[in-house]
Amino acid sequence: MASTTGGGDSFTANLGRVYTLYTGGFIAFIILMAILGAIGVPNVVIGYMFMGFTILIYAVIGIMSRTMQVGEYYVAGRRVPAIYNGMATGADWMSGASFVGMAGTLYLLGYDGLAYVVGWTGGYVLVAILVAPYLRKFGAYTVPDFLAARYGGNLARFIGIVVLFSCSFTYVVAQIYATGIIASRFLGLNFSVAVYVGLAGILVCSMLGGMRAVTWTQVAQYIVLIIAYLIPAIWMSTAKTGVPIPQIMYGSALENISALEAAQGISPGHIVPFAHGGFDAKNYFLLIVCLMVGTASLPHILMRYFTTPSVREARVSVAWSLLFIFILYFTAPAYAAFAKWTMLDLVASGLTPDNIAEKAGWLMRWAAADGTMVQICGKAAVDAAAVAAACSEAGVTGNLAFSDITLNADMIVLATPEMAGMPYVISGLVAAGGLAAALSTADGLLLAIANALSHDIYYKMIDQNAPTSRRLVVSRALLVVVAALAAYTASTRPADILSMVAWAFSLAAAGLFPALVLGVWWKRTTSAGAICGMIAGFGITVLYLIGTQYGFDLTKGTGDEWAMWWGVKNVSAAAFGLPVGFAVMIIVSLLTKAPSKEMQDFIDEVRVPRGKTLMEEKTT
Amino acid sequence: MANSSQHEAYWNKTKNLMLVMLALWFFFSFVIHMFVDALNNITILGFPLGFYMAAQGSLIAFVIMLFWFARKQNAIDEEYGMSEDN
Repeated sequence: MASTTGGGDSFTANLGRVYTLYTGGFIAFIILMAILGAIGVPNVVIGYMFMGFTILIYAVIGIMSRTMQVGEYYVAGRRVPAIYNGMATGADWMSGASFVGMAGTLYLLGYDGLAYVVGWTGGYVLVAILVAPYLRKFGAYTVPDFLAARYGGNLARFIGIVVLFSCSFTYVVAQIYATGIIASRFLGLNFSVAVYVGLAGILVCSMLGGMRAVTWTQVAQYIVLIIAYLIPAIWMSTAKTGVPIPQIMYGSALENISALEAAQGISPGHIVPFAHGGFDAKNYFLLIVCLMVGTASLPHILMRYFTTPSVREARVSVAWSLLFIFILYFTAPAYAAFAKWTMLDLVASGLTPDNIAEKAGWLMRWAAADGTMVQICGKAAVDAAAVAAACSEAGVTGNLAFSDITLNADMIVLATPEMAGMPYVISGLVAAGGLAAALSTADGLLLAIANALSHDIYYKMIDQNAPTSRRLVVSRALLVVVAALAAYTASTRPADILSMVAWAFSLAAAGLFPALVLGVWWKRTTSAGAICGMIAGFGITVLYLIGTQYGFDLTKGTGDEWAMWWGVKNVSAAAFGLPVGFAVMIIVSLLTKAPSKEMQDFIDEVRVPRGKTLMEEKTT
Repeated sequence: MANSSQHEAYWNKTKNLMLVMLALWFFFSFVIHMFVDALNNITILGFPLGFYMAAQGSLIAFVIMLFWFARKQNAIDEEYGMSEDN
């Protein structure tokens, strides 16, 4: 791999050695924890050590990478080699929801959950061929930078910031929420306290070193999260089939699931397409479109490609990103299949309210921690007596059926180690992995928001003469303010925020994708066209989301919510925003005067890798 | 800027590569999954093929496509003297 290190930075020159050592150290730490567990150290101590040790490492990297240079702070000095940027993007991309929730969704939705797997990987093809290399050549610090340069100034920049803020903020709240859930479950902290512990973990990574610190902690976090994800899957595969390759062996898990489902009369089965959770074929494919196009528009992902040394490395880096993401995403369906097989087996072995505490005590422990996580016969399964009472009330006699047990999608990954009878050290590892996933994504998102506020609003729109030191101080202060605001929002446990995360993709897709793509690929796009198109596409998406979810009184469930247009679920709201955005952008562009000769030359420059970046920044 | 005809030839080739990638992307994102029911009649190693394509097949195709694209586009850059080293 060609790596333009430059500057004699001993850290970037020794990356391979540093991270190999780190990975070995982490594995040694897991083995040490396993030994401690075996000699009887209490579970909660092991939980604390996993969290404490990993957060300490991130903090050390964050502090070592502190910087006072603008280029380092915003784009890590543009010298992150493609493969490491790929790993960092993987961690940036895979959120708490991917790690904690994806396999759970696949467990519940079967084939139809695969829309997320396909949608969240295929989007990188669009990133590589349409957007990222060109933004890298332009040399932006933020996505709104490009919009401002291409579409004549601050109005386009401002709309870009609005879209960026609305898709990133709900997303970051959900990450902090996820860290709160993990910390409260595994450390036994109060949820509101746990949220602020998570916040501290996020700030130590990003505040001192900006993009540079976030990059190198994200690489470390990727290594933790991928190890934590693979080990339980490998364990289950080995226990169930004797072969430690879950991604290949879950074929037999699928066969067993189908057989057990048939025997227990469960329909529709796991592998049946377009039959679960309201996903007909139309919604399945529209969701794939929205997730893919959203991927290619999310500012915190696009800005990772601003950090590579060259346009060529940016392209290779997208490929590496997808490879690292692929490793988790092609394991998730296997994870789900083995967990479902284990659960179906458990039910088939004859589960009754009398023996449930003995056979599956973990169900009760989860329900006791949070009553929405496990429900049996429609009530929180806090103990055997509660299960017996709920089931006799519901008229369930004898053995429980699979359908009597309702598991929350978010608990399945975290609970699988207990479900499959693994030692507690694996639970601690999985918790550390979930934490790494949530922290790394939160870092990237917070940086995207704070950079937009400090670079785009403060520096570019308010005070163009601000000295570097003040810009960085403003940026750090805003980072803390936005983070605290997000943590406060998360601590109120906003019920809707989690479902709103899926909206981020539609908002980004409709608001940014047409302007970014046409800006590079169609010279005729005018400023007026782009601005009208962004407003129209983003506007109709917001309108559809709010209208179908809340109605005009902005309150859920009051009966004035809109009916779905043509039966399209609002998670795919960009199905309307995208075509409208493109259409308005093209029509208005054709009606207005073609862009100037200078602008056409500028686009020609963006299209070729050769030559300097176009946005030269004063750095002192 | 090099002469504009060379630039145009370069951009045409880049555009064609983009269109090829877009067509492949469309096939593996949507077309193949429209035949999920038919493909599910074929079983390999326990995997119904339609399920497999959504769970792994398309993903593998995306990864390979992207590494291929990076090489191919780089070759085009060099052929027209448009790469960063020139």
